[in-house]
Amino acid sequence: MDHAYLTPLILAIIATATPLLLAATGELVTEKSGVLNLGIEGMMLMGAVSGFVTAKLTGSMVLALVAAGLTGMAMSALFGFLALVLLANQVASGLALTIFGVGLSALVGANWVGQPIDPLPVLFPAALAELPLVGPVLFAHDFLTYLSFGAIAGVWWFLYRTKAGLILRAVGDAHDSAHAIGYNVVKVRFLATLFGGCMSGLAGAYLSLVYTPMWAENMSAGRGWIALALIVFATWRPGRVLIGAYLFGAIAILQLHAQGAGLDIPAQFLNMLPYLATILVLVIISRDAVRIRLNAPACIGKAFHPAA
Amino acid sequence: MKSTLVRLLGAAVLAGMAAMGVARAEELKVGFVYVGPVGDYGWTFRHDVARKAVEAAFPGKVKTTFVESVKEGPDAERVIRQMAASGNKLIFTTSFGFMNPTVKVAKQFPAVKFEHATGYKRTANLSTYSARFYEGRAIIGHIAGRLSKTGVVGYIASFPIPEVVRGINAFTIALRKVNPEAKVKVIWVNTWYDPGKEADAAKALIDQGADIIAQHTDSPAPLQVAEKRGVKGFGQASDMIKFAPKSQLTAIVDNWNPYYIARTKAVMDGSWKSEATWAGIKPGMVKMAPYTNMPADVKAEAEALQAKLASGEVHAFDGPIKDQSGKEVVKAGEHLDDKTLATMDYYVEGVDDKLKK
Amino acid sequence: MIMLERRRETSRVMKFASPLLALVLTVISGAALFGLLGFDPLEALYQFFIAPVMTSYGIAELLLKATPLILIGVGLAIGYRANVWNIGAEGQLIIGAIAGGAIGLALHGVDSVLVLPLMIAGGILGGMAWAAIPALLRTHFNASELLTSLMLTYVAELLLTWAVNGPLKDPDGFSFPESKMFHDSASMPLLLEGTRLHGGFLAALIVVLLGWFFISRSLPGYEVRVTGSAPHAARFAGFSQTVTIWMTLLAGGALAGLAGLFEVAGPVGQLVPKISPGYGFTAIIVAFLGRLHPVGILFAGLLVALSYLGGEMAQITLNMPLAVTGVFQGLLLFFLLGVDILLTHRIRIGHIKPRSAS
Repeated sequence: MDHAYLTPLILAIIATATPLLLAATGELVTEKSGVLNLGIEGMMLMGAVSGFVTAKLTGSMVLALVAAGLTGMAMSALFGFLALVLLANQVASGLALTIFGVGLSALVGANWVGQPIDPLPVLFPAALAELPLVGPVLFAHDFLTYLSFGAIAGVWWFLYRTKAGLILRAVGDAHDSAHAIGYNVVKVRFLATLFGGCMSGLAGAYLSLVYTPMWAENMSAGRGWIALALIVFATWRPGRVLIGAYLFGAIAILQLHAQGAGLDIPAQFLNMLPYLATILVLVIISRDAVRIRLNAPACIGKAFHPAA
Repeated sequence: MKSTLVRLLGAAVLAGMAAMGVARAEELKVGFVYVGPVGDYGWTFRHDVARKAVEAAFPGKVKTTFVESVKEGPDAERVIRQMAASGNKLIFTTSFGFMNPTVKVAKQFPAVKFEHATGYKRTANLSTYSARFYEGRAIIGHIAGRLSKTGVVGYIASFPIPEVVRGINAFTIALRKVNPEAKVKVIWVNTWYDPGKEADAAKALIDQGADIIAQHTDSPAPLQVAEKRGVKGFGQASDMIKFAPKSQLTAIVDNWNPYYIARTKAVMDGSWKSEATWAGIKPGMVKMAPYTNMPADVKAEAEALQAKLASGEVHAFDGPIKDQSGKEVVKAGEHLDDKTLATMDYYVEGVDDKLKK
Repeated sequence: MIMLERRRETSRVMKFASPLLALVLTVISGAALFGLLGFDPLEALYQFFIAPVMTSYGIAELLLKATPLILIGVGLAIGYRANVWNIGAEGQLIIGAIAGGAIGLALHGVDSVLVLPLMIAGGILGGMAWAAIPALLRTHFNASELLTSLMLTYVAELLLTWAVNGPLKDPDGFSFPESKMFHDSASMPLLLEGTRLHGGFLAALIVVLLGWFFISRSLPGYEVRVTGSAPHAARFAGFSQTVTIWMTLLAGGALAGLAGLFEVAGPVGQLVPKISPGYGFTAIIVAFLGRLHPVGILFAGLLVALSYLGGEMAQITLNMPLAVTGVFQGLLLFFLLGVDILLTHRIRIGHIKPRSAS
């Protein structure tokens, strides 16, 4: 495989992996604090439509990204209110958020279907992207792609190298103890949930402003669920979230290449590969039960009653 | 005597006026059952454009209703039945998967007229209709053959149903008439609509040497990729030139407007009959978007081919045609018949893919 | 200052009053939503909640739509009580439908009372087999069933696509990806002539009863409850987590597979590429709305089914876009989930009362 073939392949994998990585990074922080928000799909769609509409109305990509992030946060705040303040079941609240988000995004976006938009610009000058070999892979991306790398690195640093990260993990692992020491469990979790919403919103904006620059109903097509699965896959470790997103993206792209190359296997089976590979890798890395228990937030999905 | 006559006349006039008044108040209700959201900018979007055209064509006389994103499965029958029970006198069900539910409901509501798209079951009050999109695919195949420099053309396919296989074949036949060495690479994405996945498939095809992308999926995403990567492509369902001003060569446009208007009119004047309609370029059910981004001679050829397909001088499946094994399926001087076309489940020579059964 | 104060014990009144309160809140906010979007609020609410059940046919449809939700919901609830997170019921439903449906197709034309029971057994076993994969991966490889069951749902959907395009395709079906229609012996018997309501609804009622008995009255059910609420105590008592995982996943898979078979042998009548409009996912919400209790799930299933029927009705009669009905459904679920706080807490308006040390 020469680099003329390899470079576009890598670019395609990056494009597939980026929205998954953005959303999974946010949800990782949410889950590390002990909250399971299954509403990623709904938050992504709301981020996608608000980013698109804002960009169309104002012409400003900065405002579009801000809008997408804030919309994601607003959606997650709704979830947070239900699950953290009213102590509603998190699994069901997250699913309800997805139903709500799918409907609301369609309602908001009804008049914006079938309109083109200039995509989010590449961050670096074109000259850099024309550098031989590494140019396109390193310098031909937009802000959100770089953000996806920065965010996962930042989240790793935050979780494992800062006091605030330690508190967040403590809240996720043993909320009663954290409460007893004097940390505000609900506040920490709410903030973590908002961060997750913001990142999901940006992941949606990546769909409507970069990946396929347009708005169409339900355009996330299940990517929120994949992002959710990636965190379990990664056993709640930032490095593995990154690897997982790229592994999934790579297999999704490579199966298309295999088809194009005329591989004689029914396309349905090739289409299964990303999902089967995810299971297989999870099985391999999950065998060490102790290490998973170290990383999985012990209180995930459980409601916290301050005086219980 | 006279007064009685006047009174009778008066009564008759009054009755007549009343009858007319009722007629005026009684709008024809027309229902549409969609498989996708009206905002998909693809298949369902085009049906909804036609629905609006029906309302516009009979101002004040027709009231339309639609239900979108009806899942093919247990829900369809209930929705169609509810449509009929709510007073719709003409109901369009616009997806193949609605066939058996439509048949069942049509039996229960003999006074209501049903129209099912792309199916093959018909009853006294159930018509079928479909478009010969393959005629459009022959035109874009010809254009691709003339313009491809690499001789490799990419084709993004949804599901291996006859409609899609037929499209690939019509495209390939026309392609190889002008460039016998050209090959069609097919990627099946197993979805009608997933912009991201369609874009990924377009990228993969371009990476494998395709310099022209055709698609049988609904979103403009593949065209956007073509535009970005500097190759050419064709729009699907709608004119998508807005999404790819430098890249779209033309688009095969679904145009249900004339059919829907004609059928509505037929119900209004009582001339509706159960029919099987399979119409192409000639009556305008299949339309081609303006030919752009190509040399004048290719454009002229495309327009000439379009005219010949419309007049019947050329058929998209004119023989001789060989299948992938090299066996001749139709002789020179003949063309494949509608029944073979309707059930097509094999590839013709030149498709670089195997159809798995 | 509005405060939430924890009750000493769960309120019995609120157990029944809170869903009613949620409905009232939904009606008020729904009316506001509809009014804002230019629909007659009263008319819209009528279409949502009352019009769908004004005819016997409508009621039959409601029960029909609720059947898979109840069946799957009960199965999932058993697992969720033990903290076994099967979110792949959709996949188990599909495999059950394929397995049971394949039997019906293999016996096509065979006129015997045994055909349907065989298909039902196939559906149950198919769903169990698909649920056994996450169970095996969890118990032997420690792989989270949350991920594996979800991923297997996508695999199941593609398997169905392959099956109806390949081995199970109707040879006389003009190459379209559908199986033959099931013959009479392979179809669910109707409960009410002229409707689509079939015997599966009775099965769902029986499952509700059995589920209630299992959870509240049986020893394995007790083990499940303890494993979920006090894992350490369960281990101490010698309850095997492995057994619980297998038992709950297989039960969930069996009921999902059964629901899938009922759909294809009932209202659908054949195998098609899309069998379920997401029942396996909706049933997760139903399970929690029903507070993981089989009787609660029965009512939750009916209410959620009604909201779908109402959404269709509002589209047909009022031209209300699907998007609006989705938003309204979301609101309904939010309120239903949110008000359950009143079971365990009371609202206090006033100053913060110093809490006694607890």
